[in-house]
Amino acid sequence: MTEEGAGGAAKRFLYVNRRAPYGSIYALESLEVVLIGAAFEQDVSLAFIGDGVYQLVKGQDTKALEVKNFSPAFRALEDYDVTKLYVEKEALEARGLSEADLVVPVQVVGAERMAEIMEAQDVILDF
Amino acid sequence: MLHTVNKSPFEHRALEACLKFARQGSAVLLIEDGVYAAARDTAVSGQVQDALKRVSIYALKSDLEARGMQNRVMDGIRLVDYGGFVDLVAEHNAVQSWL
Amino acid sequence: MKFGILVNEGPYTHQASDTAYQFARAALAKGHEIYRVFFYHDGVNNATRLTVPPQDDRNIVKRWSELAAAHKLDLVVCIAAAQRRGLMDKSEAKRNAKDADNIAPGFRISGLGQLIEAGIQADRLVVFGD
Repeated sequence: MTEEGAGGAAKRFLYVNRRAPYGSIYALESLEVVLIGAAFEQDVSLAFIGDGVYQLVKGQDTKALEVKNFSPAFRALEDYDVTKLYVEKEALEARGLSEADLVVPVQVVGAERMAEIMEAQDVILDF
Repeated sequence: MLHTVNKSPFEHRALEACLKFARQGSAVLLIEDGVYAAARDTAVSGQVQDALKRVSIYALKSDLEARGMQNRVMDGIRLVDYGGFVDLVAEHNAVQSWL
Repeated sequence: MKFGILVNEGPYTHQASDTAYQFARAALAKGHEIYRVFFYHDGVNNATRLTVPPQDDRNIVKRWSELAAAHKLDLVVCIAAAQRRGLMDKSEAKRNAKDADNIAPGFRISGLGQLIEAGIQADRLVVFGD
């Protein structure tokens, strides 16, 4: 565990993404929190559960929608030392997706492992 | 840890997702439209009964009352007021809101 | 114990702001501290002082303002989310050359860092949304 600048030990933050992109703003504004939060040097993880896995799908083209395609920003997370991206295995399978369909390297985990990851957090942010 | 669910189980899958990830011994608090899951003799009450074997389930009393559900709550679900909600948050290490 | 609260939905459409308010009030009544209430997504709409609900309905915005005044609560509205949705204080209105501001008493506009800080400083962070 890394030390936080303010003196205390870093807290474990989990961002839980359960919504698809574009149909609502939650996915985009959640990513904005992750990017800002990265500066605070906490122990950050992202979980993609249910429709949240659609945020990571390759080939998003939003030109005709006239909204920003924010999926490339997930690739920038590594530069912020945010590397723990957990994707629910059952959610991928149910949607006919595999790890190769995603824009970033992730850890695909089953429900039991995901439950353990959640249980280990200090702060869980759901949007 | 404490999980909160605020969606009707008949229209949304939030409760199902919550129960999938809620580990043995954790607590689930039904609030807002989530309290409909507390009713007995429904299409989801079997699922909730099963869950009661491994997690504690609570429902927010004022949300049940507002929806006319206060006399339909199945055995095993405990009712709390907002103060009880606060206590549940304080007693658990973290809160996961299944929005 | 110190609580942080995140409100992700606006007033009236969803119950989230009502539930968050009742939770905050109950926590204060039990002697807990509310470190900060952070308003994000459409939750920023809880901060407009221009709401005029019918007289027989609760005034959600005013209720937050009054709770903040009574308990010195820190009600923070996310600046990025607020700008998208037309919520601004005097200095933001001036900076963006707008002819009006609409932030209710007791609320302040600040960055997302305030949410992260609430997560760090509070013992528990509770999220209310839809």
